[in-house]
Amino acid sequence: MVAWVVQSTGEIQKLVIKEEISVALQTLNFEFQAETPETMTKEWSHLGVTGSGDLEVLMEKKNLGGKVQAKVVTPVKGFDEVWRRMLGKFVNDCQVGDVSIEINDDNATPIVVYMRLRQAWAESSEKEAE
Amino acid sequence: MEFKSTRREWNTLQKDTLERKSAADQYVKEGKIVDAKDTVALLETVIKPYDKVNIEGNNQKQADFLAKKLCEVDPSKVHDLHMVQSVLTLPEHLDVFEKGIAKKLDMSFSGPQAGRIAQFLQEKKLELGAIHTYLELYGRYFVDLTPKVALVAATMADRDGNLFTGFSTEDTPVIVEATKFRQGIVVAQVNKIVDKLPRVDIPGDWVDYVIESPKPFYIEPLFTRDPALITDAQILKAMMAIKGIYGEYGVERLNHGIGFDTAAIELLLPTYGEELGLKGKICKHFILNPHPTLIPAIESGWVESVHSFGGELGMEDYVAARSDVFFVGPDGSMRSNRAFSQTAGHYAIDMFIGGTLQIDPYGNSSTATASRVAGFGGAPNMGCDAKGRRHSTAAWLKVGDEYALKDQLYGPVRRGKRLVVQIAETFREKLAPGFVEELDAFALAKNAKLPIEPVMLYGDDLTHIITEEGIAYLHKCGSMEERTAAIRGIAGFTEVGMKADPKETKRLRTAGIIKTPDDLGIDIGRANRSMLAAKNVHELVEWSHGLYNPPAKFRNW
Repeated sequence: MVAWVVQSTGEIQKLVIKEEISVALQTLNFEFQAETPETMTKEWSHLGVTGSGDLEVLMEKKNLGGKVQAKVVTPVKGFDEVWRRMLGKFVNDCQVGDVSIEINDDNATPIVVYMRLRQAWAESSEKEAE
Repeated sequence: MEFKSTRREWNTLQKDTLERKSAADQYVKEGKIVDAKDTVALLETVIKPYDKVNIEGNNQKQADFLAKKLCEVDPSKVHDLHMVQSVLTLPEHLDVFEKGIAKKLDMSFSGPQAGRIAQFLQEKKLELGAIHTYLELYGRYFVDLTPKVALVAATMADRDGNLFTGFSTEDTPVIVEATKFRQGIVVAQVNKIVDKLPRVDIPGDWVDYVIESPKPFYIEPLFTRDPALITDAQILKAMMAIKGIYGEYGVERLNHGIGFDTAAIELLLPTYGEELGLKGKICKHFILNPHPTLIPAIESGWVESVHSFGGELGMEDYVAARSDVFFVGPDGSMRSNRAFSQTAGHYAIDMFIGGTLQIDPYGNSSTATASRVAGFGGAPNMGCDAKGRRHSTAAWLKVGDEYALKDQLYGPVRRGKRLVVQIAETFREKLAPGFVEELDAFALAKNAKLPIEPVMLYGDDLTHIITEEGIAYLHKCGSMEERTAAIRGIAGFTEVGMKADPKETKRLRTAGIIKTPDDLGIDIGRANRSMLAAKNVHELVEWSHGLYNPPAKFRNW
């Protein structure tokens, strides 16, 4: 597992390392800690459908002591650093905490994944009444 | 005073042509008509070794039958030809080198044959003169690359050799004019020989032979972009472009590239552009092929005029029914003309905006890869500051007034500057980076032994880069150091972006040299497909009132 702490300056600190690799797809695991995290209102949020030529983002509320766990399933190898930075940026920009994120990227570019995360986050934080 | 005049014959070119033509008389059936079955014999008679030969190869229209027949000539009779043609698209365009019929090449763009050109250069099957822009190559047709024989394509001909090129006129006029008026020979393949043409695009006096091709010439719908494939990231960049550049500078006259980024902009004009109150203030005059994605903007009254380099399959009826907007002949069909459209694109527009594959920290951008000699087409003609321009517009003056180097370069004289904008995603599919420390063009120049790196747009011409991270206003940078910092600041997590200094990026934001979506007041959450005026090809057909007739591969309903 690769775990990282997001500092308020945007700096990201490395904690531990472990990796899972499947046959065709690669699975990357990350952990983040935002400065002043807030969790989501809803229990979970899901955007996209796997295998539809689009990416899938699943967010689940989970007691992680304020941390964020992220799992990325991607066919593209060698871009762990890009994923780490992109996810770190999302966690830092939105101050996300106590959330488990799963991403099936289906070859989507990092910015498209980032935008989907922001959308999923916005949706998960909407008040039920609205 | 003594005149030392040369004793020589002064009409050798004409005499040579007349000799070749009289030898070819046996193949002429009636008027200027030659049977398709006699094409190879005709070409072996009118083409001599070492001739400069043009096979009309445009972006879309291809003289494919004549290209095929040129590959069938006997290399012991016809060899060492010097091919001077703008586009190499068909396998036959390279087969002539493989077979020893041709030796030297001067070109503009090679698209699908780019890999083979690089390979042939390595194997010494081909000598490359230069890679030109379209206007540059056309210019050389009238200087030192005049074709002796031109093999062109037209829609129809009559018995006297008059040609109708219509919607897909493209390069035909410039090729025929250069060839014929320097005593050359013009052979035209046509889809049909008729008694009366709808209109004459090329006069019969300028054409020597017409051949009815067994099949209509090949034409590619190169400019059709299916809105269903536009991504949220492209929509975000389009919103940034419209607000941060089109609206900011009041860009009325422009050219769009052919990618999905600019297709997204076209489809956001009736929605996001309308919301920003920009209708009538931007995007009034286009130099552009008839892009189907422009239909909603035209139908909702944004666009006053469009002049086109070439046609686009399926847009014939729509264009004909909108003669206030497009350039349409007395017969009712559009006439495209690449030479004039490129001239307009160089001198008469205020902005070029398009996508690219790679940008370096100096702002040079390129679509070259290490093993493909792909060429430029027309992008560099439009994607540069036209130094000969002498008329002013508000957008052109505003960029010139903001230009940080103006005092150093111009002194007290007021000059404008063309907006040259590149749209890039920091990472494309399969995480290919849009920003690199060294362009692949350097490796290509080395591999293919080119004297200069094939850079599409030079950094000193580039005024803006748009990525999902922000817009860099490069013309506001006072030094190369500042320009590089601005580029790194919007290059995301690429190797170029990782070297950005966050403090410097912040300073550039304060100085208005970098603007993020937040700085521009754009809500990223709104950047999704619901913003598009048409979400698929079927909706484009609906916008066109059924006048747009998309090719089969774009019909999925």
